[in-house]
Amino acid sequence: MGRYVLRRLLQMVPVFLGTTLLIFVMVYALGDPVAAFFGDRAPDPATAARIRAELGLDQPLWRQYVDYLGRILTGDFGTAFNGRQVTELMTSAFPVTLRLTLVAFVIEMGFGVVLGVVSGLRRGRLVDTSVLAFTLLVISVPTFVTGYLLQYLLGVRWNLVPPAVSPQAPLRELLLPGVVLALVSLAYVTRLTRTSVAENARADYLRTAVAKGLPRRRVVVRHLLRNSLVPVVTFLGVDIGTLMAGAIVTERIFNIQGVGYHLWQGILRQNSPTVVGFVTVLVLVFLFANLLVDLLYAALDPRIRYA
Amino acid sequence: MPDQIEKTTPDPVGAAGAITDAAVTGAATAAPKREKARSLGSDAWYDLRRNPVFVISALLILFLVVVSIWPGLFSSTSPNDCDITKSRHTAESGHPFGYNLQGCDVYARTVYGARASVTVGVCVTVGVALLGGILGGLAGFFGGWWDSILSRITDIFFGIPILLGGLVFLSVINSRSIWVVMGFMIALAWPQISRIARGSVISAKQQDYVQAARALGAGTGRIMLRHILPNAVAPVIVVATIALGTFVSLEATLSFLGVGLEAPTVSWGMDISTAAVQYRNAPHMLLYPAGALSITVLAFIMLGDAVRDALDPKLR
Repeated sequence: MGRYVLRRLLQMVPVFLGTTLLIFVMVYALGDPVAAFFGDRAPDPATAARIRAELGLDQPLWRQYVDYLGRILTGDFGTAFNGRQVTELMTSAFPVTLRLTLVAFVIEMGFGVVLGVVSGLRRGRLVDTSVLAFTLLVISVPTFVTGYLLQYLLGVRWNLVPPAVSPQAPLRELLLPGVVLALVSLAYVTRLTRTSVAENARADYLRTAVAKGLPRRRVVVRHLLRNSLVPVVTFLGVDIGTLMAGAIVTERIFNIQGVGYHLWQGILRQNSPTVVGFVTVLVLVFLFANLLVDLLYAALDPRIRYA
Repeated sequence: MPDQIEKTTPDPVGAAGAITDAAVTGAATAAPKREKARSLGSDAWYDLRRNPVFVISALLILFLVVVSIWPGLFSSTSPNDCDITKSRHTAESGHPFGYNLQGCDVYARTVYGARASVTVGVCVTVGVALLGGILGGLAGFFGGWWDSILSRITDIFFGIPILLGGLVFLSVINSRSIWVVMGFMIALAWPQISRIARGSVISAKQQDYVQAARALGAGTGRIMLRHILPNAVAPVIVVATIALGTFVSLEATLSFLGVGLEAPTVSWGMDISTAAVQYRNAPHMLLYPAGALSITVLAFIMLGDAVRDALDPKLR
């Protein structure tokens, strides 16, 4: 197990270098961070050259990339447009987004797995068909449409929940944004669970469990569910990326001051350090989350053992 | 699945097997025999025509394609012909959906917005399927250093969630035409298909009929095109069709966030973004483009579901 983790960590190094290089080249080589300081006006050449030299942008590209990597590794992400350190923004933004993603995650796993098991066990019946139709509908309506719709209906029309989130973002206010963020993934979790439950329900070991006279509850939870969750866990790795990206949309709708909000501000103001810094950290989170998912396999499926 | 694969293979071994089969079972089973001889493609088509989900989604998509090619047939008003004095007015005669913030006719904009969504969905899917399919397929077929390099590249692209990547990359581009947006989406999405294509070519390569074809002296080109391609293409088609709807949704999300398409292109995502500012006072500005977008994505996702059911009997 220890060796497997080590090998996976080593494999992540080239991937991390590649993704950061890609982001770096796109933002610094294709975009022009200096021109962004001047907005719509053309910059004065002398001033532009001075800023370029100050920021090290007159160096060759590989040199800039090495410098940038060095700064990341020492935890220095530069200064945001409003003069605050990007790291400072991160410490205030990440807890908020983490809470939002956690709320979404709990909702999607809880409801998704339950709906999936219920419909998978009753294949072809009314429950199954309506759950399938529900997932189809949820997948089709983009997050920002459901976001505005639910905000309008629940927040404005019926006054059930606060329509916007305060800067402290307590859990109570994050409930509706969490639902909005979770919906599409919830539909995928439901479908995956349904397919694999329906498949495993015909397996021999399940028949044995029933024949042994185990109570139905135990058969479903201990025997069926554990095996059916393996594809769902695979999906979770990809899903963390979806949730992080979806948070940008959700945070914009509900005015949550998390990672997506700051990333969005950075893009709006063409502030490259903010954008590159936040995206780099998000990519790191994504890579580590996928590593965790791979390790989770072993816990769920004893046939998978890491040497 | 394996017996279908053999039937689509036009190699002499399969033909010989079929002949002995027919000889053994005799003439009495001639009719079901013809039934069984359908290729995977015609089998899938047979299933699809009988699937109500497919028929409904195909009709909807046909309608959307007609709207996006000839929007003038459905709306006589131009989407960019706006009268600011009518800002946020609700429906009136001749303008069933009312006006948006700039006083443009919402109905006309909803009709003309179909073009961007359908174009992006179809072109990105075809582009991703071709690029990913060819690169992944070649990597799976030849293996070696090209395969290793390609696998590492796919790993890198998998490290960047596609919406996040699009947000970063597109925000630095100053003029984003529909081609630029589509190019970026293809550039970020192809690894997904390439992995599938690679896996399915590798599993097709190890089948006996490929070895048989090689033993009979078939060249690399013939094996690739006649034996592996027909048997490895189904998973690529399935994944690409399912992705179609998500590409439409992705374009709208990017446009909504302000890094997708730009005016004068009419895009539902952009319209929703501008309508969102004022939607509490004038929900109709948001409702119609959002509804049209959702129906379009729904149609494509239903198509993807139906195609998957037809081409991949294992998943039923």
